[in-house]
Amino acid sequence: MTVTAAGSATRTLTFRDAFGEGLREALAADDRVFLMGEDVGRYGGCFGVSQGLLDEFGPERVRDTPLSESAFVGAGIGAALGGTRPIVEIMTVNFALLALDQIVNTAATLRHMSGGQLNVPLVIRIPTGPGRQLAAQHSHTLEGWFAHVPGLRVVTPATVTDARGMLASALADPDPVLVFEQIALYGASGDLPVTAGPVDLDRAAIRRPGHDVTVVGYGGSLAPALAAAEQLAAGGVSAEVVDLRTLRPLDSATVLESVARTHRLVVVDNAWRSGGPTAEVVARVAEQALDELDAAIERVAAAEVPLPYPRHLEEAALPSADRVVAAARRALA
Amino acid sequence: MSKLASERSVQTDPQALLTTMIRIRRLEERCAALYSAGAIRGFLHLCVGEEAVAAGVLDALGPDDAVVSTYREHGHALARGIPMAALLAEMFGRTTGCSHGRGGSMHLFDAARRFYGGNAIVAGGIPLATGLALADRYRDRPWVTACLFGDGAVAEGEFHESLNLAALWRLPVVFCCENNRYAMGTALERSHAETDLALRAGSYGLRAWAVDGMDAVAVREATALAVDTARTGAGPCFLELRTYRFRAHSMYDADRYRDRAEIDEWKDRDPIDRLATLLTDEGLLGAGGRAALEAAADAEIDEAVAVAEAGPIEPVEDLTRHVTTEVPA
Ligand SMILES: Cc1ncc(C[n+]2csc(CCOP(=O)(O)OP(=O)(O)O)c2C)c(N)n1
Ligand SMILES: [Mg+2]
Repeated sequence: MTVTAAGSATRTLTFRDAFGEGLREALAADDRVFLMGEDVGRYGGCFGVSQGLLDEFGPERVRDTPLSESAFVGAGIGAALGGTRPIVEIMTVNFALLALDQIVNTAATLRHMSGGQLNVPLVIRIPTGPGRQLAAQHSHTLEGWFAHVPGLRVVTPATVTDARGMLASALADPDPVLVFEQIALYGASGDLPVTAGPVDLDRAAIRRPGHDVTVVGYGGSLAPALAAAEQLAAGGVSAEVVDLRTLRPLDSATVLESVARTHRLVVVDNAWRSGGPTAEVVARVAEQALDELDAAIERVAAAEVPLPYPRHLEEAALPSADRVVAAARRALA
Repeated sequence: MSKLASERSVQTDPQALLTTMIRIRRLEERCAALYSAGAIRGFLHLCVGEEAVAAGVLDALGPDDAVVSTYREHGHALARGIPMAALLAEMFGRTTGCSHGRGGSMHLFDAARRFYGGNAIVAGGIPLATGLALADRYRDRPWVTACLFGDGAVAEGEFHESLNLAALWRLPVVFCCENNRYAMGTALERSHAETDLALRAGSYGLRAWAVDGMDAVAVREATALAVDTARTGAGPCFLELRTYRFRAHSMYDADRYRDRAEIDEWKDRDPIDRLATLLTDEGLLGAGGRAALEAAADAEIDEAVAVAEAGPIEPVEDLTRHVTTEVPA
């Protein structure tokens, strides 16, 4: 444990451990909560997040499922209707496509189709994102597809504090919540206030205040946004970095307020540019704050290509701090 | 298990089954007329000919058991006890409908009666039913979930994934396949290499058997056995209920893919005629008895239509309601 200058005690831990602690705490706190998914138990989770939980909580509460994404996601929906609080893990977002029917046609619609009689308190954890040379079926950033759907909440923890706290908040939500965990961040560490607890799921967060340009990222694109802000600061440019945190419902107010201060906007997205979540951010700024802009909006997003395997090509396809810096400089030119 | 539930499942009341089937048949015929008159819109799938399945399966369940159904669910909903006026109001899009008017014919819900829809994605309700049963198992409740779907659903991956999962975890679910031999215009043998559906279901390690789905008493008794099996922890069961729809797939369907002779052959096995004849032969249904049941059903429907038509429509200002939790202002 360390104590920062501000006097708050923190400890350093990895995203993997932050997510794992969140799971352990949720299982310990409420016996209606159980975890199920492929290899969450004996294997310890495909990325090691649920290591040790089977021994601690037993096979009723940490359930290994067959390779049946649609069935176990749908079973999670039914179990949620039946008064439990399931946490379903889908191994990665590309496999979540096999459960799209249950997520989009059932979880997101039951409340509406039943005229408000039913609700689905289900949490689905989905590892996502690029950065490990896993090629075109294991690297994509598809959070935005789910964020398109009314009836779902989509959250994208990009800090250790959110990784630790978002699960408890998601479990408290009476409606389905999808938590997207960045595969590339599992091994990364950050500082967690020892007092950290549940976090709000409604608001975007300003991760770095600034006054010259607003840089918006989320999930896996927060890191290049922050790194770019650091580089820009060295050159005398003050960038404000906004972490969207939740893609649905989208907190556009925080972005609009920031743009009203900086008058310049750069969005950073590991998803493809066309129709990605930050395209919606851009649209809202264009609708509601066009007058505030002193420069054209800049977009740094994934190239329109399935992610390639070779490192240099994967890197070239994705936003980098350098590309964000260049975009910010164009906006400031 | 409650004493009542176990007693319920051994006693079959054929008169009650006949009454239910007649109410369903008359309601469905009225729905067709209301559709032609423009009072019901969207897709409308009727279950005329399949009433023995609805009456028999639903009658074998207790009030705490859950039901998951498809878009062809009017009969199931009625047999579950949802009032006719609430069903019709739903089809008229009124707020007094059993889904507040938001669902229509294909999405009938009633949380209090544990009637979980009304799913119009073929096989989409099967994982859901599996999960309801998982919750009951997890919470140690002696409840069973009945999941109704068609023969077409057996070709979907969700069916196979769910049967394996339910059997693996020995979940208390009864899979009730209404095999009416057609998935829209595609005959069973044109979409299944192996048409013995019970045989295929049985390969997942659960009890599966075929039942004459035109015989309400047989359906009732088979379901009662399956429900008892599931309730006592012996795992899920699969019933292949062999039946036939007398009408087209939906009101849009010109029904060009079936032989007239085939339809007539099945109509000779009409489940209502069959049970009425049986009851008459046994002296349990007097002369004019069936006509009286039909008249009573018609009177119930007349009144329900009037009540449903008087129901309000939802104000457009409420359009975006019922999407996520509504926090009171
Ligand atoms: C996943 C999916 N595919 C296609 C359809 C279109 N569709 C609606 S009903 C139906 C036939 C289903 O047949 P079956 O399961 O036998 O049920 P039945 O209509 O005979 O009761 C089809 C293809 C659908 N609703 N859902
Ligand atoms: Mg069919």
